[in-house]
Amino acid sequence: MRLQARDIAVRYGRHDALRGVSLTAKPGEVLVVLGANGSGKSSLLRSLAGQQKHAGTIAWSGEGGAIGFMPQDSTARPALTVFETVLLGRMRSLTLRVGAADLAAAEAALAETGIAALAQRRLATLSGGQRQLAFLAQTLAAAPKALLLDEPTSALDIAHQLHVLALLREATRRRGLTTIAVLHDINAAARFADRIAVLAEGRLLAYGTPEAVLSRDLLRAAYGVEAAVMAGPDGRPVVIGLGVAAAS
Amino acid sequence: MSTAVAGWHAAGLRRAGVIALALAALAASFALDLATGPAMLPVSAVLRTVLGQGSDPMVGAIVWTLRLPIALMAVAVGAALGLSGAVMQTILANPLASSYTLGISAGAGFGAALVILFGAALPLNQDWAIPMAAFAFAGLACAMVAGVGRRRGASPEMLVLAGIACLFLFNALLSLLQFLASPEALQQIVFWLFGSLMRATPARVLVVLLVLAAVLPLLLRDAWRLTALQLGDDRAAALGIAVPALRLRAFAMVSVLTGAAVAFVGTIGFVGLVAPHIARMLVGEDQRHMLPASAAFGALLLSAASVASKSILPGTVFPIGIVTALIGVPFFFWLVLSRGAVR
Repeated sequence: MRLQARDIAVRYGRHDALRGVSLTAKPGEVLVVLGANGSGKSSLLRSLAGQQKHAGTIAWSGEGGAIGFMPQDSTARPALTVFETVLLGRMRSLTLRVGAADLAAAEAALAETGIAALAQRRLATLSGGQRQLAFLAQTLAAAPKALLLDEPTSALDIAHQLHVLALLREATRRRGLTTIAVLHDINAAARFADRIAVLAEGRLLAYGTPEAVLSRDLLRAAYGVEAAVMAGPDGRPVVIGLGVAAAS
Repeated sequence: MSTAVAGWHAAGLRRAGVIALALAALAASFALDLATGPAMLPVSAVLRTVLGQGSDPMVGAIVWTLRLPIALMAVAVGAALGLSGAVMQTILANPLASSYTLGISAGAGFGAALVILFGAALPLNQDWAIPMAAFAFAGLACAMVAGVGRRRGASPEMLVLAGIACLFLFNALLSLLQFLASPEALQQIVFWLFGSLMRATPARVLVVLLVLAAVLPLLLRDAWRLTALQLGDDRAAALGIAVPALRLRAFAMVSVLTGAAVAFVGTIGFVGLVAPHIARMLVGEDQRHMLPASAAFGALLLSAASVASKSILPGTVFPIGIVTALIGVPFFFWLVLSRGAVR
């Protein structure tokens, strides 16, 4: 599905979390949203997922389908098994007697995320990386056409980060998903994003390919840091933070 | 079939087996409950009466009009308290919640005390006026909690806060009534608050069973949504669930269930807290199994407590509220301590 968002604005009381953000996203591409803490990333994602009251218009066009939304990891540690967790992704069609289609979809999502061996493990016994994979499988089990992910790799070690992001890009290409992910890691974004949107204080600061967007000036404006931006081995930018920028 | 799906089916069968075992144990406890009592009837006489071959009308009267309603009431109320405790723990995301946490039974106790104290002046049948007042005030307590809680999106924290405030309010009002009461009325109030199955009659048993039969299917219809709620509000909402509406709906159903149970037997503690924990340990958190299992273990606990209440001192029936608390408190400590060790 193609996303066209225009003039999205979100207010919490008297505080503007998001002001006039417009952007587009298309099938088969990963759009990463970057920005400092409190820049409005989560508000934007929740608005796109239909979980947040907002002004402006959000239009999804093209072949219809569900929008999968994966919120930030929470502290909830229920005694559910991984299989049950993934099955919950089929919420819209689940009945007391679980249908074969729902079981098959859960099974396929487990296989796709490579955690079929964990199916009967309790969620509370998993590592952070395994848990994120379980929730990714849950989101994929609904066979969504768009995928919205809020910090899917925060608190993961580098191997799990790379694994989750590669899996996401792979699923995006193969299923033709419109994927939008909020990330904190700028280098991970540079490696895995087709496009990057950078937010600062609720406004869209920059939008484009990683090469076009990531620059010293942008990083100073968005995060208030001095940074060196270099070309990595594959030509994509690599960012090294040098220090907090002096107030101007 | 893949190993994942096969494993899931196997887990489902195992859980159904656990529930079946609990029901078998419940049947045994129920039979024991019928066979024992302060009248010290020989088991053979009770058995003959149950099989329709009894010749002694006194034995028949004791078994059919005293013991059977009490034994059935233990099962019905235990199931109601177990089920409502399970739902409370789920919707409040709090393993220490039960139907008592939110002041529902404190409201019921106040309603009962109100009628005990002032009802004699009114042209009321006390047999029904006390339970009905208890039920009405349980409903009032629930409405207060829900009314305050929904202002903040019915978050668990807000509901618990409103519920604890409600608990203190009704306990204070109850203390006030006890302070004002005559010695005779005070004794009656205190005895009501003990919780006792002795007030069971066939009509009352039927009311509790009917409420249970109406509420359980409604809760089971929300079983998957309640299961998802345990992943946290954000994730449940992301799965397409209207979380505040679900929470308030389940809360209302549980309040009716608790109100009906407490109205007839008084406050019986710990069944609603402990039964869901046993169920969760044995069948997991899939609410399709967890809810029936909580009801089964609640019924088993209260039925066993009913037997115990008659066996401590032969010839005497202890108030069952005291027995459940005496069994429940050590279990509760064990639960809290072992949880601490696991984490």
